[in-house]
Amino acid sequence: MIVEQQDPVRVLVTKLGLDGHDRGSRVVAAFLRDAGMEVIYTSPWQDVAAVVQLALQEDVDVIGISSLATDHLLVPKLTEALAAAGLHHVRVVVGGIVPDEDENMLKEAGVSRVFHPGSTRDDIISQVDALAREARHERDAT
Amino acid sequence: MSQQPIQLPLPGFETARAQWQDEYSQQLHEDKTRHNRSGVEVRPLYTPADWSGERYLETLGFPGQLPMTRGIYPSMHRGRSWSQRQLIGLGTPEDYNARLKRILDAGGSAVSLIPCNSVYRGFDADEVDALLLGTCGAVVNTVDDMDTCFEGVDIAALSTAMNDPLPFTLLALLLAVAKRRGIPWSKVTGTSNQSDYLSHCVANHMFYRIALPGSRRVLVDHIDFAARHLPGWNPVSVVGQHMQQAGATPAQAMGLTLSTAVQYANDCVAAGMDADAFLPRFTFFFDISISFFEEIAKMRAGRRIWARVTRERFGARDPRAWRFKFHGQTSGVDLTRQQPLNNISRVTAQAMAGIFGGLQSLHTDSYDEVLSVPTEDAARIAISTQNILREEAHLVDVIDPLGGSYYVEKLTDDMEEAILAVMDRIEEAGGMYLAVESGLVQSMIGASSLAFQEKVESGEQTIVGVNAYRAEEQPGARAALSRPRPEVMQTQLDRLADYKRERSTTAVKAGLDALARSAGAKAGQDNIFEGVVAAAVAGATHGEIVATLRDEMGTGEPLVQV
Repeated sequence: MIVEQQDPVRVLVTKLGLDGHDRGSRVVAAFLRDAGMEVIYTSPWQDVAAVVQLALQEDVDVIGISSLATDHLLVPKLTEALAAAGLHHVRVVVGGIVPDEDENMLKEAGVSRVFHPGSTRDDIISQVDALAREARHERDAT
Repeated sequence: MSQQPIQLPLPGFETARAQWQDEYSQQLHEDKTRHNRSGVEVRPLYTPADWSGERYLETLGFPGQLPMTRGIYPSMHRGRSWSQRQLIGLGTPEDYNARLKRILDAGGSAVSLIPCNSVYRGFDADEVDALLLGTCGAVVNTVDDMDTCFEGVDIAALSTAMNDPLPFTLLALLLAVAKRRGIPWSKVTGTSNQSDYLSHCVANHMFYRIALPGSRRVLVDHIDFAARHLPGWNPVSVVGQHMQQAGATPAQAMGLTLSTAVQYANDCVAAGMDADAFLPRFTFFFDISISFFEEIAKMRAGRRIWARVTRERFGARDPRAWRFKFHGQTSGVDLTRQQPLNNISRVTAQAMAGIFGGLQSLHTDSYDEVLSVPTEDAARIAISTQNILREEAHLVDVIDPLGGSYYVEKLTDDMEEAILAVMDRIEEAGGMYLAVESGLVQSMIGASSLAFQEKVESGEQTIVGVNAYRAEEQPGARAALSRPRPEVMQTQLDRLADYKRERSTTAVKAGLDALARSAGAKAGQDNIFEGVVAAAVAGATHGEIVATLRDEMGTGEPLVQV
């Protein structure tokens, strides 16, 4: 699946916290890149401030946080910090092992979408693309 | 591969085969060529033309005899079951102790210690976001914490698998506890389960603490220390599981693991150690995917190669050095969030492959691992699966029961060829250390992982409930999570602060300074692990020891590539 090429959407794919399992984030980053998006990919173990800084610097539309072992618990701190930095428009998605009850908590904290194991490539690409376009629209409107 | 004309005196074989081939083709107009995950072709039928048993002694032999294909011990599982080693850890040292006692009361003697992710990353509890404390394993930072973990338990009567990346602070804390209790170190038994820093650098970055050159030194020193002081301890577990979970094919994972073991053995020989002194205590740890026959053949081929490598390459004369001892864990990557109870069937098939593959200890995954950290009910089913396979299905009555199957023997040969090809590639790159440093291994694995995912996306590889046989799911059927309460973790933090206040700061500083000096000295001068143990005995915490070595030797940073 290839999405529109001109002015490609910009996605930061990263991991917060302590875990370093990166098979998921690498595969998803490759899928998004091959679909024509600009993907900014980092090493694991980022802290919230570093992710916000990178989001600003790279002017990203979407941040994808990959989590295998409970690091998603830090994501509400990320959404809060993004808002504090004026990046209200940036959409945050989470992918990985996220228990149901935590998914609700993440949604309430402003996460746009949680991708569980078994999510398809095309679903991830189209959702990220749609979220990125929303983010741009919102950014340009303000 | 083409079929060889049959050599055996089997009158009528060729005619019968030609007739079958005809009838087969008529029934199946289109028969796509099939390959297993390692890329080995899988044909519809195997016969004595593929494997005849003529070279039985050379290629298979008897269990416990070279070339070890049929198993590393004469009686294998019929004599003694594999150890049922489930990973445990969660919350505080007290939580660990309570769960440990339940396991011991139920008759277990082989246990694991799984620390919290903060420990894996080399930090004490007060160095990380408190939200993450104890969510994945036990928070163990000090000799007091370790003492609590084993409170009321005779550590000399246990075999403990420590999930303890280098510089092996948990083992050091355990030795400090032994000293405190007056137990000689020679009685401490178990395995440093996470000593394979190369696999950490490549595939499981959470365990990767110290940059490659420093890691290389610490591991050799650890092996040397164990050879001199810890006769009951296996200092090395080479972890193919990380490679395969990260996306390596089974043949790649086995080849890369064997190449890693060769690298570590080379490093020990270069440090002046004798092969017969350290090779008997090398152990291995493999992932068992659901590719059933492929996994069985992978283990059988690995056993054969290791027996050859230890003798021919390293000149090992002690038969214990030839034994390919391994722990197997059913693959979590194969489990699905959709229709999660299906995972019980998957784990059963995986466990059967591991048992037929001749493993020495087995961890069966809980069906809910794809939803969260496992619940206790799900963990019980995982254990029951092993008991059912052993005692109801009687999988252990016959040693290597698939030995002599035309298919399994041919596949074992083919997998061996594929594994050796991987090992040759690594050898050409200058050995595993350089192949990891240059990123070659990482890109091999990355390509395989992407190729596999493409097969899932295209539907070529069926995954029940995900890309086929989907069903509506009932929400709310999932078990509730157990997470440590924040106030419990606050107690743990308070305890750490008290510990630091009450210990002798002079002794700790002296211990850490000596450790820093040994790390800064030239390789071969001081044994760095000896310094780690001395610092732990002097009262240094886990985080302080790791930080000291990181400062001296550099932090482990994985190569980032997509």
